[in-house]
Amino acid sequence: MPFTNDQLERYSRHIILKEIGVKGQKKLMNGSVLIIGAGGLGAPAALYLAAAGVGKIGIVDADVVDLSNLQRQVIHTTADVGRPKVESAAEKMKAINPDIEVKTYQEFLASDNIMDVIKDYDFVLDGTDNFPAKFLINDACVMADKPFSHAGILRFKGQLMTVIPHESPCYRCVFKEMPPKNAIPSCKEAGVVGAMAGVIGSLQALEAVKFLTGAGELLTGKLLTFDALTMSFHTVKLPPRGDGCAVCSDHPTITKLVDYEQVACDFDPKHPV
Amino acid sequence: MKITVGGETKEVKDGITISELIEQEKVETPEYVSVSVNEEFEKKENFAARQLKDGDVVEFLYFMGGGQ
Ligand SMILES: [Zn+2]
Repeated sequence: MPFTNDQLERYSRHIILKEIGVKGQKKLMNGSVLIIGAGGLGAPAALYLAAAGVGKIGIVDADVVDLSNLQRQVIHTTADVGRPKVESAAEKMKAINPDIEVKTYQEFLASDNIMDVIKDYDFVLDGTDNFPAKFLINDACVMADKPFSHAGILRFKGQLMTVIPHESPCYRCVFKEMPPKNAIPSCKEAGVVGAMAGVIGSLQALEAVKFLTGAGELLTGKLLTFDALTMSFHTVKLPPRGDGCAVCSDHPTITKLVDYEQVACDFDPKHPV
Repeated sequence: MKITVGGETKEVKDGITISELIEQEKVETPEYVSVSVNEEFEKKENFAARQLKDGDVVEFLYFMGGGQ
């Protein structure tokens, strides 16, 4: 289908880019991204991907907006406190771009439902705040061969990597096993500067746009770290894909999803970070 | 001798081990840090014995769980 005049104008800054152009914009409009977590990372990613015209965006979050979220979860406003996060997020996304389809999932993803949710999307963005979810997303995406962006933030630091399952190293290739409960400081305990979520969530959105359009090189095989205190980006090369990895090696020992104990960033699912 | 840690050049004592470097760099949650030397990841059980050489490039990788 040809673009309407409104679409040509709305997406003109994309269309003018030689790496995107009309073809790339069409790919975005025919593409789909699942954002898991409508929080710090998910908020900027959802706003930018909606604005970019990604045809179908799924957003998953079981929680309601809390006053303590507003310091960084810029998709929600003060008036949204107490509303389901997915509802609040979908409303803003549709307001930015009525052309897109937004699908909401007000639920926790677990071993029994994640495969069914991710299967309908081209790319998955991990914007969760706890290790059980991050390992579950990694393992599910590897098993479903679903490309995804992993990220984490804490204090003034953030990091991310993109995984093309069975081609590039997965999260578990680097971080083999889930750390024990309370071993690693959480955002609630240690804090996080709000704009850090904006930087890293936006980088995840960029990876989704690049994946859908084929522009440039993806952040695969390496971990990008960002330290706001020194204002430095740094890239670390990751071990080769599957080298002894429990889930993505050619002889995996994890072949079934398991639910790790659901300890959120703040260890209290009633009061999300 | 000079090594590079996380992109920064540092002067360290000759033959410093990974374990000693972890301590010296005050790495948070040292039990859970992953370490690569010249783009090869070293097994945790070798941290105490593995001595670094002049010019080595060391990276620390940390678990980072936040996102919401
Ligand atoms: Zn792997």
